[in-house]
Amino acid sequence: MTLTTVGEEDEVRARTALPAIELDRVTKRFDRDGARPAALQDVSLTVAEGEFLSLLGASGCGKSTLLSLVAGLDSPTGGTVSTPAGRAALMFQEAALFPWLTAGQNVELALRLRGVPRRGRRPEAERLLASVHLDGHHGARVHELSGGMRQRVALARALAQEARVLLMDEPFAALDAITRDVLHDELERVWQENGLTVVFVTHNVREAVRLGQRVVLMSSRPGRIAREWEVAIPGRRRIESPEVADLAREITDVLRTEIRRHAAPGGPVANAGADR
Amino acid sequence: MSTIDVREDDVASLEAGLDALDTPTARRVGLGARLSRSVLPPVVAVLLLLAVWAVVAALHVKPDYVLPAPAEVWSTFQQYWADGSVQAAVWNSLRRAAVGFALSLVVGTALGLLMSQSRLVRTAIGPLVTGLQSLPSVAWVPAAIIWFGLTDAAIYMVVLLGAVPSIANGLLAGVAQVPPIYTRVGRVLGAGRWAQIRYVVLPAAMPGYFSGLRQGWAFAWRSLMAAELITLSPGLGVSLGQLLDTGRELSDMSLVIAAILLILVVGVGIELLVFSPLERRLLHNRGLDLDSR
Repeated sequence: MTLTTVGEEDEVRARTALPAIELDRVTKRFDRDGARPAALQDVSLTVAEGEFLSLLGASGCGKSTLLSLVAGLDSPTGGTVSTPAGRAALMFQEAALFPWLTAGQNVELALRLRGVPRRGRRPEAERLLASVHLDGHHGARVHELSGGMRQRVALARALAQEARVLLMDEPFAALDAITRDVLHDELERVWQENGLTVVFVTHNVREAVRLGQRVVLMSSRPGRIAREWEVAIPGRRRIESPEVADLAREITDVLRTEIRRHAAPGGPVANAGADR
Repeated sequence: MSTIDVREDDVASLEAGLDALDTPTARRVGLGARLSRSVLPPVVAVLLLLAVWAVVAALHVKPDYVLPAPAEVWSTFQQYWADGSVQAAVWNSLRRAAVGFALSLVVGTALGLLMSQSRLVRTAIGPLVTGLQSLPSVAWVPAAIIWFGLTDAAIYMVVLLGAVPSIANGLLAGVAQVPPIYTRVGRVLGAGRWAQIRYVVLPAAMPGYFSGLRQGWAFAWRSLMAAELITLSPGLGVSLGQLLDTGRELSDMSLVIAAILLILVVGVGIELLVFSPLERRLLHNRGLDLDSR
């Protein structure tokens, strides 16, 4: 498969753009004695300013741990994590909006914690909601919104932080396919308009290819970077584009090989069920 | 398959369509239907109870001075109302309950917050607070009288010991039930320790805290009645507890029943007028009300 050739433009970007996130031989263990495999082992990764990176892997590969480290919620056992682009915003699988606040107040709280003076908060929250097509939903209660709308409010809240980096931990995994598809378009637009650096964690290979300029595949136990692909598909992509499907198939094959390595030693190396 | 170019306004209209389809539709219940559903059943139940009482009294199973008829209790009530002692008793007791509850609120909230934030404090005094919660606060009355004499201070001490543990434990339970993801979001949004408590933990803990407050009020009211019933002094003025004791001394069963009913009505009244509406609003805002499920 030759779809993964690095485009000339991308090569220039990779060489010239400043790094937004740099991980240097990062190791993270959750136990002291080292009996269990590390959540992350010797992970080195550089994400360029303005890049959209998809982070892909099976369960236990430390994707979420990696995001926590970059977001500063946790610190590495070894190695260094630096974020030259400053503080990162983080979105989760659940929107995690505060149910005692309205949609707009959730955004306003982020503004308040950023230090925006009271008078400016309301109009800024309205503007941010409008930027994710939720005009007029400032007063909506969280439970009155659909799952997709909640994630868009969460996106507006993340944008309210004015962080240059947006970390996303399987943000669309709980949504139905139609909504997810629309939110892919929405996220792509928000990314381009705001010049954000995005690290998008997912276990959905097609989603990773649909969105990312680069796809990084992680292996599990210990979590390491297995391989990465530059996604050089020109023009607008859709999740059902043949180019997306082709690259997704190639990545899936590598992913399956990685998963098979975890089959019990002595047992069948590749059982037929896993291959379907 | 052709690749369709999705433009910006296409996304907007797509989203608008999905939003319209996905938004849960709220059921609106009219005032009349709500009243007939929530007010009518308890009123009917009370009327039935009154009817049973009237019938049993009319059958003279027991002599009148043991089981007076409802009408007799009503006329005793009117008599005490006419000389103003009912109003004074309700006012005095309610004032004490309000002051005692307000004090308990401050102490209980501070204690609960301290326990929720410090593991050491929690493990050290947690079992003690829970133990106090199950200790009937009437047991403190003799101690309070010895320490403070027959004064308001003695009554407040009993009320506080009754209400503070419930409020502290309610807040503690509320904080324990805050989903960890909320505090993670708080940290991502840049909240420090105090901002985290003020904007995330406390509001998130409100449902648990509120049921603690409600229980705290019930305990405060009970403790107050126990204290007033025992702590009798002319200097303390008339109160509901004192009215009850007067009934016992005069062997006036009508007065005793009237006083019991007054205590009940005030307790239920505060519950219905203050706590229920507040709780309904609290839960409704979060989409948690039982009625809308």
